[in-house]
Amino acid sequence: MLDLTGLKKTFNAGTVNEKTALNGLELHLKEGDFVTVIGGNGAGKSTMLNAIAGTWLVDEGSIRIDGIDVTGLSEHKRARYLGRVFQDPMTGTAASMQIEENLALASRRGALRTLKPGITHKEREFYREQLKILDLGLEDRLTTGVGLLSGGQRQALTLLMATLKKPKLLLLDEHTAALDPKTAAKVLDATDRIVKKDHLTTVMITHNMKDAIAHGNRLIMMHEGRVIYDVSGEEKQNLHVRDLLAKFEEVSGSEFANDRMMLA
Amino acid sequence: MNIANLLNALPGACAQGLIWGIMAIGVYLTYRILDLADLTVDGTMCTGGAVCILMMLKGYNVWIAMLVAFLAGMAAGMVTGILHTFLGIPAILAGILTQLGLYSINLRLLGNKSNQAINVDKYDLLISLRYIKDVPLYRNTILIVAVITLVLIAILYWFFGTELGCSIRATGSNANMSRAQGINTDLNKVLGLMISNGIVAFASALYTQYQGFADVNAGRGAIVIGLAAVIIGQVLFGRIHANFACKLLFVSLGGIVYYLVLQVVMWFGANTNDLKLVSALVVAVFLGLPHLKEKYFNRIGRKGGVSRA
Repeated sequence: MLDLTGLKKTFNAGTVNEKTALNGLELHLKEGDFVTVIGGNGAGKSTMLNAIAGTWLVDEGSIRIDGIDVTGLSEHKRARYLGRVFQDPMTGTAASMQIEENLALASRRGALRTLKPGITHKEREFYREQLKILDLGLEDRLTTGVGLLSGGQRQALTLLMATLKKPKLLLLDEHTAALDPKTAAKVLDATDRIVKKDHLTTVMITHNMKDAIAHGNRLIMMHEGRVIYDVSGEEKQNLHVRDLLAKFEEVSGSEFANDRMMLA
Repeated sequence: MNIANLLNALPGACAQGLIWGIMAIGVYLTYRILDLADLTVDGTMCTGGAVCILMMLKGYNVWIAMLVAFLAGMAAGMVTGILHTFLGIPAILAGILTQLGLYSINLRLLGNKSNQAINVDKYDLLISLRYIKDVPLYRNTILIVAVITLVLIAILYWFFGTELGCSIRATGSNANMSRAQGINTDLNKVLGLMISNGIVAFASALYTQYQGFADVNAGRGAIVIGLAAVIIGQVLFGRIHANFACKLLFVSLGGIVYYLVLQVVMWFGANTNDLKLVSALVVAVFLGLPHLKEKYFNRIGRKGGVSRA
């Protein structure tokens, strides 16, 4: 479903700030794969998602989604294949618009936007049903401005928007990192349910190793712009956080000097 | 200080305020909806009128002249939009560049003169400062401009409820999210700038007819007057929970209030040369107020726990 082949990306090339973020990245996902991604700061996790989403174009390599080469496509053109949830709850929704308007925008992802009504009566019923899945009481607040929602509510709404029109690939960039533990658990739970229900191919970055082990059928660890560890199936089920820490020290030759990951 | 003089001047102020209210609706679309400060309007606020007069002097119908003025404004907006999106020039600078370029174009449109008059008796103008009193109701300038304003608001209300209109609103609200939802934000910015400047040029065409001449300096500081109307409308009616159409109406009312206040200031004997300074000050104060409030008046315990006992 997703094929990343030899991806390279260098930021600020030729300056003192030169940073090779992706260094020959290879990743191949089958349909229905739910892969969790871990790695230290600057390992290239978010860079990988941004490369897939087309925030900028990669320097080398190719990106294929379901066999379609999207390497040179602009961000908004790739959006038809992708559902995205960002780390910052403010990024995924339009604050000055209503809940139903945000959903209506999302349900038209990939479609030509014409002079037809931006939202129809029939849609509203559908959105009400969909919002019930989130179990946050948003189904009774369709016309509430999104700016009035909490971070967790906005993140859950973004998740729904990303999956309202079934994407070929769902990209989750630490989408629970900015939430309190209880809300984070709720959003993760909703993620699991939606991914399972629609059988979505998913890439989820997380800083929480327990989550990385508990969710999905495959786990990859990234370091210096490459995948350095890749487990799936039963082997992944039996993983422990200490295994991952040991693995990281082994391949990177350094201590996992990141409190956020240690404590998680 | 004869009160009759003031009362006599009020209908004219009202008509001018209505026309500038239409212009301010154009400014509102970029400033509030697209979240861009577009300075192109200082140019288009002259271009529309210049095009309108040129067309009418060549014998075209007033409606066709105003339509072409609208299209000319859209073209100017498109130039700014392309400078901003395709060439990546910051929006403010892109607007200034277009505005400066338009100055030369406006002069050419006016036949290399700084102003060009049109005779209300010889040409069939839609509105004029002569059509405010002692004309049949259907020829009354205030009524005609008011109806035009309402029709414009109705069209905009419909448009910004369509899929395309919603995508323009989303682009202004959150460009990252819009691209993630497959919206071509560059295209939508250009489109928004075109619509905005089209409306401003249309207002310019109305204003030129009203005055009976087009002036190359007509647009100087137009953005400030437009912003003033937007802000006055917001300050006076902002607390009313209103839909989009009402918000546009408030902008229009803001324009009228601005001109009525201006008229009163002039009645008190203010020098008309000082009006632009007064306008700039008023807009600066109102733009700065929310920030001041936040910074100096809204912080509990600024001096360490203020007791209200």
